[in-house]
Amino acid sequence: MKNYILRRILQVVPVLIGISILIFAVMKMIPGDVISGILGVEATPELRAQLAAKYGLDRPYLVQYLDWIGGVLHGDFGESIRTSAPILPEILSRFKVTAELTILAAFISWIIAIPLGVLAAVKRNTLADRFVRVFALLGVSVPNFALSILLILVLSLAFSYFPPLGYVGFLEDPLRNLQIMILPAAILGVTISGSVMRMTRSSVLEVLRQDFIKTVRAKGASERVAIFRHALRNALIPIITLIGMQIGSLLGGAVIVEQIFSLPGLGQMTLTGINQRDYPVVQGCVLFIAFIYVLVNLLTDLLYAYIDPRISYD
Amino acid sequence: MKKLLQTLRELWRDPMGRISLIGILLIILMAIFAPQLSHFKPDKMVGMPKASLSAQFWFGTDNYGRDIFSRIVYGARVSLQVGLIAVGIGATAGYVLGLIAGYFEGWVDRVIMCLMDILFAFPSILLAILISTVLGRGLVPTMVAIGIVNIPVFARTVRASVISAKGLEYVENARSVGVKTWPILIRHISPNVVAPFTVQATLALSSAILTEASMSFLGLGIQPPASSWGSMLNEARTFMEQAPWMAIFPALFIIITILLFNIMGDSLRDVLDPKLKL
Amino acid sequence: MEHLLELRNLSIDLPRGKRQSPVKLVEGVDLTVRKKQNFGVVGESGCGKSITCSAIMGLLSYPLTVGAGSSIRFLKENGEELEITSLSPAELRKLRGKDISMIFQEPMTALDPMYTIEEQINETLRFHTSLSKPEMHEAALAMLKKVKIPRPEQILKDYPHHLSGGMLQRVMIAIALINNPRLLIADEPTTALDVTIQAQILDLMNELRESYDTSVIMITHDLGVIAETCEEVAVFYAGQVVEQASVEEIFRAAAHPYTAGLLKSVTSLGGEEKMLYTIQGAVPTAGNFGQGCRFADRCEYCESRCRESAPALTEISPGHLCRCWLHAPGKEAAQ
Repeated sequence: MKNYILRRILQVVPVLIGISILIFAVMKMIPGDVISGILGVEATPELRAQLAAKYGLDRPYLVQYLDWIGGVLHGDFGESIRTSAPILPEILSRFKVTAELTILAAFISWIIAIPLGVLAAVKRNTLADRFVRVFALLGVSVPNFALSILLILVLSLAFSYFPPLGYVGFLEDPLRNLQIMILPAAILGVTISGSVMRMTRSSVLEVLRQDFIKTVRAKGASERVAIFRHALRNALIPIITLIGMQIGSLLGGAVIVEQIFSLPGLGQMTLTGINQRDYPVVQGCVLFIAFIYVLVNLLTDLLYAYIDPRISYD
Repeated sequence: MKKLLQTLRELWRDPMGRISLIGILLIILMAIFAPQLSHFKPDKMVGMPKASLSAQFWFGTDNYGRDIFSRIVYGARVSLQVGLIAVGIGATAGYVLGLIAGYFEGWVDRVIMCLMDILFAFPSILLAILISTVLGRGLVPTMVAIGIVNIPVFARTVRASVISAKGLEYVENARSVGVKTWPILIRHISPNVVAPFTVQATLALSSAILTEASMSFLGLGIQPPASSWGSMLNEARTFMEQAPWMAIFPALFIIITILLFNIMGDSLRDVLDPKLKL
Repeated sequence: MEHLLELRNLSIDLPRGKRQSPVKLVEGVDLTVRKKQNFGVVGESGCGKSITCSAIMGLLSYPLTVGAGSSIRFLKENGEELEITSLSPAELRKLRGKDISMIFQEPMTALDPMYTIEEQINETLRFHTSLSKPEMHEAALAMLKKVKIPRPEQILKDYPHHLSGGMLQRVMIAIALINNPRLLIADEPTTALDVTIQAQILDLMNELRESYDTSVIMITHDLGVIAETCEEVAVFYAGQVVEQASVEEIFRAAAHPYTAGLLKSVTSLGGEEKMLYTIQGAVPTAGNFGQGCRFADRCEYCESRCRESAPALTEISPGHLCRCWLHAPGKEAAQ
């Protein structure tokens, strides 16, 4: 098991390096240099050189990259051009918001999707199944921002309910925090529940058709045991793979939903960075999000190996 | 071509397939005949700002007094254009890369696939945003950015088919006697890859339209005064109580269009790959 | 009721929507299985033999249903008679795995890959008994020894993918017999196994039968298996029983042309394959049966009345039933 984990971690390293190179390269390709961005085009050459030296922009790209990545490895993501504040502490404090949002959204989506997916598979071709399939199709088709806007519209016009403004951390006031988070998390959760629902339905159907389910029934098992102890347990493997990939949609969706609901998360920080041309901030945020995504996928892979006895660890 | 017609016929026989075909055709017609359909220029002030729905302004007007119906109609052009070209870029590049990776295997394969893994390691909207910081904003950069995001899925599909085709006996025989197998592979792979590729393309189309709308909604995609459904929705946020129609119509059209492409993707999968039907 | 199991006029329907009448996949099947009898059911794939046995377990898979007017009667150990077709799901569950159990064709896929062998044996015990965990362990261990599995302690801890097909089939037999059922249905238990393993499994089943009071229904397409294990045999063709007799009688004097064809194509277990005899033509599909005999198109003795009307299953000698105009009563008189 230890070896297996180690090997999977080693496989991830080149991807992580690739991600950092890609992000670095993209940042270097952005037209219009950072210095004119800060000083304006009319700055004197001396001033420009001074600033370039300050940010290390006068050195070769390779050195700049190694310098940056070396800092990252030591927990130093550099500092913001706008505010001169160190980037990592800001990322970490904002990540709390994004993490809460995505985890909440993920739970909401599983609570909706897995039972409904199982229901649709067990009652296939009935009204319930058709309802679930339509719901799932809507789930995969309705963009989170469109759903947000329409919901806000309906809530405000019909129920005079306005999403609370002003973010409060969970530790400061848990109740108020949940009031703020529940709507964005629910929207994000519903929009990704569609694909989980489809995957659950199709893989449970697939498993229900296999021989061993007949064996289980022939042993005298109740439908509940056949479906939950056996069918769902087997169907969980593809579902978990999908859930790992969905973390990407969740993190991407968070960028949008945080913007709509003014949540001070990582996505909002990234967008602000882009709009203010604060590239070290953008660089750090995107790197952090991509790392999280890769790590979560690694974790789901390990979980997958853990729950499937057919995968050997050596 | 014959196969295409047959596929369309089978799609037509499926009720859901028929709905999606008719719906998508209507949206395409709307995009093509945008100038004829709209009574007003989409980017000109033609009435009172935030006027409600009326016989003159079917969907009302926005905060600048522009006709929302005309903007929706022109917005269909943007959505379809971005969708088609982005998927075109992604599919072409993905096909070529997948073919090369699958054909040479070894280190070429490893490098290409590692690159694809890296692209895959970003949430797609984030990658599109990142690329568009280099390319800039507007129609063409958005198309290219979304196109690049779409490369990995296609590359993986094609690579998998190439590798399985290479295992076939006659291809192996041809290779062992030194015949150039490129033409064989391409000829052999093409029919095998058509089904997954088509389904993939339809679904990629819906996700490309979604990504464009998301980017424009965030103000990073199509720039005003050009009309994109996403940016219209973004502008509507400030006026939700005074002019809810500013939000409702773009939202509906985004949802319906993506829904139609998803339905078509599902029906296509049932038609082209009956194995997967449950 | 003196017998263990009686099927009367059993039919199995495949619904075709609300407007059309259902397709009868199995029609008019009458079978009687006596206590401690080994009953063979033989026929080609798709002839309805497997779904007939699924119906006995109340395990027809969606969307199949037992047709109107069918009866499946089962005699429980305490002398109680049950009409299986009218049992509730809960009552059926009590029966399955306890009074009637089943083993399947494909041992490699018949066990849940996610659970150890012990968990899967214990499940059967848990559904029907109130044994404690250590007791279940002892019972499982003893049962594995009975089916001659080497290193049973280890095997209990293994997952299905660790075991070979032959081993898994032994485990399946262990699961099926652990609650000492009155009836064991074996659906092609050796078809998916190597020839040498086949013989071992059949020997094991024969041996175990001595020590259990269990009747066996052996479903197979292989008359060789029937010869090795059964006393009585019913031959299925296109959803009907076409011949039924004792095994000796069938091998000595098969009456139906289809049975005769099967006998000619039989290969002896473990022996060299002989020249394969094949019965010409294809089985008509359910729903497309004409008014005549269902075997008429493939029969070398086919005559005009075979196409005009279907023969009934009639007793041609004591205990020997056949569904063929060649053996219809009054046949000699007519000529």
